[in-house]
Amino acid sequence: MADAAIHGHEHEDNRGFFTRWFMSTNHKDIGILYLIVSALVGLVSVMFTVYMRLELMEPGVQYMCAEGARLFATEVANCTPNGHLWNVLITGHGILMMFFVVIPALFGGFGNYFMPLQIGAPDMAFPRMNNLSFWLYVAGTSLAIASVFSPGGNGQLGSGVGWVLYPPLSTTEGGYSMDLAIFAVHVSGASSILGAINIITTFLNMRAPGMTLFKVPLFAWSIFITAWLILLSLPVLAGAITMLLTDRNFGTTFFDPSGGGDPILYQHILWFFGHPEVYIVVLPGFGIASHVIATFSRKPVFGYLPMVWALIAIGALGFVVWAHHMYTVGMSLTQQSYFMLATMVIAVPTGVKIFSWIATMWGGSIEFKTPMLFAMGFVFLFTVGGVTGIVLSQAAIDRAYHDTYYVVAHFHYTMSMGAAFTIFAGVYFYLPKMTGRMYSETLGKLHFWMFFIGVNITFFPQHFLGRQGMPRRYIDYPEAFATWNYVSSWGAMLSFASFLLFFGIVIYTVFAGARETRKNPWNEYADTLEWTLPSPPPEHTFEQLPKREDWDKQPAH
Amino acid sequence: MAHAKNHDYHILNPSVWPFLGAVFGFVMLFGAVVWMAGEVTILWQAITLGGPWLFLIGFVGVLYTMFGWWSETIAENQVGDHTPVVLIGLRYGFILFIMSEVMFFFAWFWSFFKHAMYPMGPQSPAIDGQFAAGVELFDPWHLPLINTLILLCSGAAATWAHHALVHENNRKDIKSGLTIAILLGLIFTVFQAYEYSHAAFGFSGNIYGANFFMATGFHGAHVIIGTIFLFICLLRTLRGHFTPENHLGFEAAAWYWHFVDVVWLFLFAAVYVWGNSMAG
Repeated sequence: MADAAIHGHEHEDNRGFFTRWFMSTNHKDIGILYLIVSALVGLVSVMFTVYMRLELMEPGVQYMCAEGARLFATEVANCTPNGHLWNVLITGHGILMMFFVVIPALFGGFGNYFMPLQIGAPDMAFPRMNNLSFWLYVAGTSLAIASVFSPGGNGQLGSGVGWVLYPPLSTTEGGYSMDLAIFAVHVSGASSILGAINIITTFLNMRAPGMTLFKVPLFAWSIFITAWLILLSLPVLAGAITMLLTDRNFGTTFFDPSGGGDPILYQHILWFFGHPEVYIVVLPGFGIASHVIATFSRKPVFGYLPMVWALIAIGALGFVVWAHHMYTVGMSLTQQSYFMLATMVIAVPTGVKIFSWIATMWGGSIEFKTPMLFAMGFVFLFTVGGVTGIVLSQAAIDRAYHDTYYVVAHFHYTMSMGAAFTIFAGVYFYLPKMTGRMYSETLGKLHFWMFFIGVNITFFPQHFLGRQGMPRRYIDYPEAFATWNYVSSWGAMLSFASFLLFFGIVIYTVFAGARETRKNPWNEYADTLEWTLPSPPPEHTFEQLPKREDWDKQPAH
Repeated sequence: MAHAKNHDYHILNPSVWPFLGAVFGFVMLFGAVVWMAGEVTILWQAITLGGPWLFLIGFVGVLYTMFGWWSETIAENQVGDHTPVVLIGLRYGFILFIMSEVMFFFAWFWSFFKHAMYPMGPQSPAIDGQFAAGVELFDPWHLPLINTLILLCSGAAATWAHHALVHENNRKDIKSGLTIAILLGLIFTVFQAYEYSHAAFGFSGNIYGANFFMATGFHGAHVIIGTIFLFICLLRTLRGHFTPENHLGFEAAAWYWHFVDVVWLFLFAAVYVWGNSMAG
């Protein structure tokens, strides 16, 4: 029996390396594995974008030449543009970020590590299946990377079809790179679905004695709602891409009008998954932000109950707004009106959350520690992204903005800044808990300011480019768009530098950071159960289930 | 033993099955791509792969992983690791799994209903075309109706076995009920194969066939899996694994079988009956 293992921190961990990291049934170890792998995949995915921003820095193609990709700019005259390489990079960036970076980091990493701790559970409900989720994620990542290096369209390597994999482009792309990409999404979907089953069961069945549903901390709630979105939306995507696969390989005509099929159908099914996916990406971040803001404002979070119901409402509404991604495909006016209204309704629960975070800070004794800076940055930037979202939700205005850089700016403000800022907030908030070492506050703040300024310089000008009419997904642009592209590219360089700094900070902290052995390095408003454990927590936690007074600091709801 | 655990949850030993399963899963899917592509060179053209072999190796590996893993789960159940609270968790888990399966079918039904209600034509989307134009369809009131009755009877037999287990612990009735359920499941599969072999339309080249074979084929795969699941339950009954209090595997198999039943009812009503009435 596993519980026969030796306990107490005076004892050495006696598991072998392979046993601990490859055969794990421990939610904390699996969470750390998720965080490490998603950080590495994130680095690859960010490098894709840096290369793309280099290409877009000046008009004319200087890097991605058919004669060979360049590391340094070359004369436009000597360079035949290689659009396929560009397309592969945008596809890779999107698929990796969506399926292999943000979900694994927030849902797999923080969800695995801290959701069971927050509800006082000794582990996940299905610890072995938890490890299957992780290794399927690695298998999916391997397939995705294999896809980039396999024969694809235009006689080159990789698939250049965009992360949404729209037919007919995806069904006619040559080679087998596309098939590998489809299987990669299948496998990562299976991984996420198994993870969701695990999370929901753990949440429903393993809460500490006395912890009723409306006493569960907000982060655990956010992971729970995310798990439902994954459980109900990802299988639909699996169906859609299975149809792509049979269209490609077995001659079916689901999306091929010549056999009675309909390519628009794919868009509907994809976005039926794709819109919940947007909330899958950001909801766990909402949870992290709530805890960080409450802790560093030295106040309990404002409006716990509305915060929970807002999460539930956002999750439910996320399923009924999908076609606002496809206003321009020729839908009827009635359909467009419905999706427009439904989309705007989401602003209400989202507003509840934003205002509750602000109200939590209001009158609080705010400490500007690094996690708090990231959480406040998140609230500001997510609001900017939310406001442009309202603009884009208007079917009429979307006629002008559809597939322009305005859309790129919008969803990077919500995801690249919303989700990414909460990931960083979570990393700095929980690093002392996970490692028993404290990061450098100075370097953490430097990272924050570099990143905050960097992403704003990158993405704010893209609103202007979109309004000027620059379409997305092109390798080149006319002279007229040069100024803001130049600015945007320098912002990307600054963001990339801050990302490298982040890696340095984390690696330094893990191996040589100052010891932080207190259970709770912050203050008494970090009052959830993970802060009652040693830092780092022992192999097995809550073998004696927590008592109610350990966590119940608030009046009943 | 330093036995510090003081709760009823199940803390598991490290296990190699998840890692193995993922490796075999990767091999299986990469092998599927090799099989579909015909020929694939890897490692800087050093190795050329072809044929179904890689897929089959991965597939057998995945089956082996399932067998090994679930044998271990059954053994844990038999030594009493599955306390009441763990059993509740496993039930939640299985219900959630079935819910995700329902959403998988959602995609096939979506495609079917879309093409039945808004068939594509030269003037689409302004003017709809005709659904299943020129396709000779199955008469729902012959073999499909018989198959419906067979599957429903099979579900009833499984329920009989379930009741015999829970209320009477009557081993003889459990065995009879399960055997009948399994045999009817097999007959359903054979009839379905017979129907497929007489289809006047193919999987490729026309949207009706694509929708029909994808939806009913996916269901057929579930029937086969469910039949195997029931068969495992029969073997476990013979070994005396189940008691009226502890029979989680049986319960899951019964739920799964009823889920397969219900999906069929939707397929029968929507694809065979209603779909035929929409055909042009």
